[in-house]
Amino acid sequence: MSATTTTPQRAVGAERAPGTRRTLEKGPSGWLAVPALAFFMLFAILPLLGVLFLSFTRWDGLGEIKLDGLSSWNTVLADPVTGNALLVTAKIMFFSFIVQAPISLLLGVFTAASQKYRAALAVLYFVPLLLSSAAVAIAFKALLDPNFGLGPGLGLPILAQDWLGNSDLVLFVVVFVIAWQFVPFHTLIYQGGVRQIPASLYEAAQIDGAGRVQQFFNITLPQLKYTMITSSTLMVVGSLAYFDLVFVLTAGGPGYSTRLLPLHMYLTGFKANDMGAASALGVILVVIGLALAVFLQRLGGKNRNASQLEGA
Amino acid sequence: MASTTQLPAAPATIPEKVTTRRRPQRLGRSRPNFLGGLGGWLWLAIIIVPVYYVVITSLKNQAGFFTSNPMLPPAEPTLDNYKLVLENDFAKYFTNSLIVTVGSVIPALFVAFMAAYAIVRGKGRFLSWTNNVFLLGLAIPLHATIIPIYWMITKAHMYDTLLALILPSIAFAIPVSVLILSNFMRDVPNELFESMRLDGCSDWAMMWRLALPMTKPAVITVGIYNALHVWNGFLFPLILTQSPDTRVLPLSLWTFQGEFSVNIPAVLASVVLATLPLLVIYVVARRQLLSGLTAGFSK
Repeated sequence: MSATTTTPQRAVGAERAPGTRRTLEKGPSGWLAVPALAFFMLFAILPLLGVLFLSFTRWDGLGEIKLDGLSSWNTVLADPVTGNALLVTAKIMFFSFIVQAPISLLLGVFTAASQKYRAALAVLYFVPLLLSSAAVAIAFKALLDPNFGLGPGLGLPILAQDWLGNSDLVLFVVVFVIAWQFVPFHTLIYQGGVRQIPASLYEAAQIDGAGRVQQFFNITLPQLKYTMITSSTLMVVGSLAYFDLVFVLTAGGPGYSTRLLPLHMYLTGFKANDMGAASALGVILVVIGLALAVFLQRLGGKNRNASQLEGA
Repeated sequence: MASTTQLPAAPATIPEKVTTRRRPQRLGRSRPNFLGGLGGWLWLAIIIVPVYYVVITSLKNQAGFFTSNPMLPPAEPTLDNYKLVLENDFAKYFTNSLIVTVGSVIPALFVAFMAAYAIVRGKGRFLSWTNNVFLLGLAIPLHATIIPIYWMITKAHMYDTLLALILPSIAFAIPVSVLILSNFMRDVPNELFESMRLDGCSDWAMMWRLALPMTKPAVITVGIYNALHVWNGFLFPLILTQSPDTRVLPLSLWTFQGEFSVNIPAVLASVVLATLPLLVIYVVARRQLLSGLTAGFSK
């Protein structure tokens, strides 16, 4: 740290460096990036190509891998469960976005202001960030039990339903539990976004006589554009990875009513021992994730990096 | 980062700036926001009720669980459930989680920091391509690659070892780490690097003596974020390990639930125990943790 504060003075008499001119322009060696890149290539990019390759094979997970043309794809595409899994994934993605985005935006704006009791609230708001999905799922399983959970506890018959056994309700229960776990994280993102809005904008609006609601719609929302894109991208792409939570909470049931695509992939590969078909599902998952991410970034009009530099 | 403009003036105070930064009071703040307050308290209730339920239930004995009102605290609280969980190798699973978390977060930070430094400070086609590869990693649900990873780990005879969890965890932590670190590093003024360069400083020295102190908040953010992810990770342990010797905490909750499904209070005690370490850290380091996460994701 001391080096950084003393160097500016010394730099004034810096005629000693004819040879460093070139290195100055070139910057550090690309080799510094190689370890990270190597790790990522080996355990992410290579498996990405691997999953494509395995989708053209037949493999039970233990024996030999045999090339088998399009048969896994035929299996997957002909299977009505795949279509159902896509539908369940789309529903959960849609509903959890609709639920989470406004709540985390409002809570983020609310907690960004500094008042004493809000600081106290904020201690508890972010506790779900710490819990593992397995813990959350187990807790809600107990809480939603029709005999020993919240419903009988509060004496409200309407809450004493078989939430996880009713195929009409269970999807919304999953959406709710997802929101419970992930809203705090997105609230935090919005809180940070709001805190970066220059106070002068609000002061100017105040002088012009704009009320709280007007300020929210005319200053806060537009200023949060890039925060919204970041949060939405994480929310939407993240919903392709809601595996742990759903796996422990419902295991995809009852029937196929909460069998999301990643869960369907896992059950096909590691329970039904059809790694070829599971790989085809993995490829579908990657394609959807990529398409959604590109779409959301386009929506922002600029690429992610540029937007972040500008917001700085 | 709002701290951009303050950087040249007072580099040494940046970490403190970020953690304690407060917006000046806005005009008209005193008018109470009833609707906001109502929503805030409502959400608090939604957050608290499950936590409260888990804690009080974990203190009930079997008979009390079946007979008492589920939302009321036990008449005679008992720690027997906790004793049962602790006797069931909790310490071993805890140690495994610790090994995997530390073993993957530290190397991930190290390599991601070097990569971020090269990407921000360096030039050339290779580095911009590298950056794009990492950005791509953010957009892809990496869970989809689990089958080839399973194959690789099996082929390398690492199945059912802690290393099998560490290696992919490092790789999966890299994209978001590089993104946050490089975003933060771009705000370090170029002049500081140039003057150090003129002093004859090597890149290696600049990286550790200038870039690292200047990006400390981001490094902490990335460390915390990755640690939470790895600590709570479920899919890798589920697929890449098998025996109780390599079991980590989240997976132990799930298996415990299977074994003790009739003993809900014990299962919930295991949930409390698995969460407790993180809760302690949260209470101690809350400001640093939250401000770090905020800074890291809302740039």
